[in-house]
Amino acid sequence: MSTVNGKPAKEVIRPWQINLLCSLIVLNVLLYFNLFFTPGFMLLEFKHGHLYGSLVDILKLSSRVMLVSLGMTLVIATAGVDLSVGAIMAIAGSVAAKLLTQDHAGLSAAIVATLGVCFLLGAWNGALVARFGVQPIVATLILMVAGRGIAQLLTDGQIITVENPEFTFIAGGHFLGLPVPFVIVLTALVLTAALTRWTAMGLFIESVGNNEAASRFAGVNARAVKLFVYTFCGLCAGVAGLIEASTIKAADANNAGLYLELDAIMAVVIGGTSLAGGRFNLPGSLAGALIIQTLTTTILTRGVPVEYTLVVKAVVVLAVCLLQSERFRGLVSRRRNS
Amino acid sequence: MKARFSREQIPLVATITVFLLFYAAASIRFRADHFFSWAVFVNLLRDNSDLGLAAIGMTFVILSGGIDLSVGAMIGFTSIFIAWLCAHQLHPLVAIALALVVGTGLGAGMGAVIRFMALPPFLVTLAGMFLIRGLGFVVSLESIAIQHPFYDAISNFSNEVFPFTATIFLVALAAAIYITRCTPFGRSIYAIGGNEQSALLMGLPVGRTKVWIYALSGFCSALGGVVNTFYKLSGNATAGTMLELDAIAAVVIGGTVLSGGAGSVFGTMIGVLILGVIQTVITFEGTLSSWWTKIVIGLLLLVFILLQRLLQGRSVGR
Repeated sequence: MSTVNGKPAKEVIRPWQINLLCSLIVLNVLLYFNLFFTPGFMLLEFKHGHLYGSLVDILKLSSRVMLVSLGMTLVIATAGVDLSVGAIMAIAGSVAAKLLTQDHAGLSAAIVATLGVCFLLGAWNGALVARFGVQPIVATLILMVAGRGIAQLLTDGQIITVENPEFTFIAGGHFLGLPVPFVIVLTALVLTAALTRWTAMGLFIESVGNNEAASRFAGVNARAVKLFVYTFCGLCAGVAGLIEASTIKAADANNAGLYLELDAIMAVVIGGTSLAGGRFNLPGSLAGALIIQTLTTTILTRGVPVEYTLVVKAVVVLAVCLLQSERFRGLVSRRRNS
Repeated sequence: MKARFSREQIPLVATITVFLLFYAAASIRFRADHFFSWAVFVNLLRDNSDLGLAAIGMTFVILSGGIDLSVGAMIGFTSIFIAWLCAHQLHPLVAIALALVVGTGLGAGMGAVIRFMALPPFLVTLAGMFLIRGLGFVVSLESIAIQHPFYDAISNFSNEVFPFTATIFLVALAAAIYITRCTPFGRSIYAIGGNEQSALLMGLPVGRTKVWIYALSGFCSALGGVVNTFYKLSGNATAGTMLELDAIAAVVIGGTVLSGGAGSVFGTMIGVLILGVIQTVITFEGTLSSWWTKIVIGLLLLVFILLQRLLQGRSVGR
């Protein structure tokens, strides 16, 4: 690997670095746009010992997508995808709300039980992919379709409201002046990074994503790695589901986490992790989630008619994807050279 | 060779068996309510024709090894687009033609991005889904009623002769079966799904076929949107929400392998009918809640996917 096509490796910029750079540039452009054109956007206030302002709101609002995108990054790095995270979020909210209101369980017991359920759901996805060799899209499609039904079954199709100040603290509270959801995201990021970068796990995940057969021959237990990433993704979705339920102080089986799997997948791709698997980039995924939320907040505060939100979002996402397409970059640079 | 052939037919046979079992069980369970009647069967076709049309398009895409997440959004967009054009004094036929052209164009556009930018279909059609759903909202956030003698004539025809929507579905089905079985284009689809590299080496027009496949899927789901306006008599940008999932489920239950290369449009029709029967049974039952539909569909998906795996595993000889 010291030379590529006879050139020294120093000149080679790896694709994932370009991708991360692209997404950071887009995020910066969005922020600078707001700095100059949206009055009060960059204002940060310190009231009652907490930070307030549009930027803090963005951190708070994007925390669910950020959490899910952490798990999704690892799944996508193994060349898989998890479509069921939205449904798992709905189930998590329903289980927690049911335990808290109908069974009068304590908060910690409810959280542990909920995360236990999500662990099992993630492991179920992982088992289908790793043990039975089902394609990830299909394997997780099953839980995506059935999961929301299960969540509705749990709540009887009703919205269960939770009147528990400790529970609302998860989404509404502050820790060291920062919103709790964002603190949870930071903790999750540090834990995930430690787990994947300080141990060999990250290397295993990337090798499975790059070439599963080769990694198996090299002695990597590909099945165990896959089982791990899907279980981990399920857990992340479970925490996100708790935050969601805590935000609206209720479990809404119909709408909790609806289309969130798509936002999470986009965040991961925008962040520079290829859907084809291989090298992954955790901070990039968080940057991707922030781009999506900053874009949404910008559109709303700029007073763009709400009906254009989706179109703008689609155009930006397409643009980022095109920037990352090697073919597209090749086309542009060829034109510049000729 | 003979054994191999029959093994490939097993998923389809299993699908048909499941359908007949469901249908027979429901007919016996609800014999007092005349479940086993021509009217109920025709309603089954009529109520699921938009899903069926989207699923036909999805079958082409999945047979080629791709996926199209934009079909539900396309139905919403086409229905509101037609209603909006009709509200602006355009004849419905012109509006429908325009909507079909736009739908096919959007599909071809996604196909072109997939082909020329070498981006994964999942990602491109996901962005396409947001774009097309957004375009629908740009046309109108509120639903628009369609009032025109042409639509009255069609609903008269539907009530007195045979549901017009079901007719379109059946005609499209016949055309799709013809395309997949009897044309070079159809064989190219199977070849690309089986192994894209080999198809390329065989000299098949892989790139062009891919663009056509997504254009065809766009056309089919746009037609689904047209059909949707026929029985709703209005356009709504939120129509077809999450319908892409049902369409994929119908294709998989219908025996098409998601990695591409094997399956049939006929199987997809049976898959659509199975989803329809589940829906009808839950309506007939009355006490069962709608979420059981999702759970049963999820279970069926599981069974069929595991069955496919089992058969694939055997034919590879692992």
